[in-house]
Amino acid sequence: MSIDTTTVKKIARLARLDIEEARAEAMSAELSTIMGFVEQLQAVDVTGVEPLLSVSQATLPRRADVVTDGNYVDAILKNAPDKKQGFFVVPKVVG
Amino acid sequence: MTTPYTIQGKTGTWEIVLGLEIHAQVTSNAKLFSGSDATFGADPNTQVSFVDAAFPGMLPVINEKCIEQAVRTGFGLNAEINHFSIFDRKNYFYADLPQGYQISQYKQPIVGEGAVTIDLSDGTTRTIGIERLHLEQDAGKSLHDQHPTKSFVDLNRSGVALMEIVSKPDMRTPEEAGAYVKKIRAIVRTLGTCDGNMEEGSLRCDVNVSVRRTSNDPFGTRCEIKNVNSVRFVMQAIEYEARRQIEVIEEGGVIRQETRLFDSAKGVTRSMRDKEDAHDYRYFPDPDLLPLVLDTAWVENIKASLPELPDAKKNRFKNDYGLNEFEANLLSEEKENATFYEAVLNGKRNPKLVASWVVGELFASLNKNGQSIENSPIGADALGELIDLIEDNTLSGRLAKEVFAAMLETGKAAAVIVDEQGLRQVTDTGAIETAIAQVLEENPDKVAEYRSGKDKLFGFFVGQVMKLTGGKANPALVNEVLKNKLG
Repeated sequence: MSIDTTTVKKIARLARLDIEEARAEAMSAELSTIMGFVEQLQAVDVTGVEPLLSVSQATLPRRADVVTDGNYVDAILKNAPDKKQGFFVVPKVVG
Repeated sequence: MTTPYTIQGKTGTWEIVLGLEIHAQVTSNAKLFSGSDATFGADPNTQVSFVDAAFPGMLPVINEKCIEQAVRTGFGLNAEINHFSIFDRKNYFYADLPQGYQISQYKQPIVGEGAVTIDLSDGTTRTIGIERLHLEQDAGKSLHDQHPTKSFVDLNRSGVALMEIVSKPDMRTPEEAGAYVKKIRAIVRTLGTCDGNMEEGSLRCDVNVSVRRTSNDPFGTRCEIKNVNSVRFVMQAIEYEARRQIEVIEEGGVIRQETRLFDSAKGVTRSMRDKEDAHDYRYFPDPDLLPLVLDTAWVENIKASLPELPDAKKNRFKNDYGLNEFEANLLSEEKENATFYEAVLNGKRNPKLVASWVVGELFASLNKNGQSIENSPIGADALGELIDLIEDNTLSGRLAKEVFAAMLETGKAAAVIVDEQGLRQVTDTGAIETAIAQVLEENPDKVAEYRSGKDKLFGFFVGQVMKLTGGKANPALVNEVLKNKLG
């Protein structure tokens, strides 16, 4: 499977990455090669095999419904470029 | 057979097709994947942990209560419980979504197909299919009106557990959509899995609307109206959106699948001007979370602990208490109403009589004064005592209404008011006979007219007797004696 430059640009836009035209060409070739490696897996017959979601034998750990965290607004906001009255302040987003 | 609901366009009639997605905030102490407080209304960013703010290296750990609440709701929707489900990442960028993705469930939700019954105003019911229910995280909240060029972000809601309940496209009228929202709300409130508070946003609806000429046509292209927060607005938004789509199609245009907002002040829907890629979420299983596997015994335990659901309650009110559809609906739709009604009944009073007083006088006065049943000025016991006085013939229905009004005003017990104001009804046949004799004597012409066939005058005589006795005569006795005397 080949990843053309249109797809590269779309993926980049979805990930908010700024990729120049020239880089998109190179990226297209690289990603297509990677897809080629991965595609070799398609040769394996997986009829009747359940999809593997994790190699771990563990089960999903659960937590009791108890409030044990939070109430440290200063630490949460510490790295924020801008803050006011306990809020994060960001460039206006509407919609 | 009622005529199917259609909208009249310029070129003919149209049918609406509706499907709803309801986001119901799970009632829990802590959030879905962190230990921070999930309750509403705290100061900004005080109920935020490093997990909720997506600090590097933080890992989600699921809250067992939220799983239980989802399963409980699944049973309330008569739905299939999936003992194996997967959490996925739904990727998008927004200022109040610190992770850059929402943890949700995509292909394998915790609850599968189900069905609910909705109650319509003409007394009929309809079954609406449920497609699925899944668990997901809520996002934070952005405030856009605090500053001309900045948005303010509060992450308190970030990571709070939501149940998204998706219906099948089974509804055809605004009323059905409204009744569906009411029923889902009643179910989750009865189960205690969501408080159903639409104003605070713990229950919000996205409405999918499309139109077609007849029910044999394929579905039209749908538009999704986001975040409608009251039953009334759901119905208004549908009505407007359906007419808008019909107008576009009839003028030769095409409906574009898009997300719209309902402006409740103007009563219109508006396009949200999505970017072209807005719905490319690139779901994939969250590598931080293992599959959610439910133990059969644990699930059965939840099933065994379910309270009586609104439909079962309604049916019991109809079958055991002989209530009509209207009374049974009103008294079972809100759990507080049902609790109050059964408290007045107290296992011994006449169910029909109690229902007519709760649905009639009490609801009317609560509505008029903008009060809720939980802080009714007349409590269940006090109303019960008033009803006892009707049942033992101390009061006629008419006198009881006077006593009820006095109870509202003074807060005194019914028996006290009856004694103070001498409102006891007259059941002494002698006294009633005297009054009747006087009325007949004073109106010889009317008596003659009645006897020559003018039956309608009977009501006149009853009225006169009641007037003479200050409204205290027992109406049944008056009727009986009067019939004898005139007969």
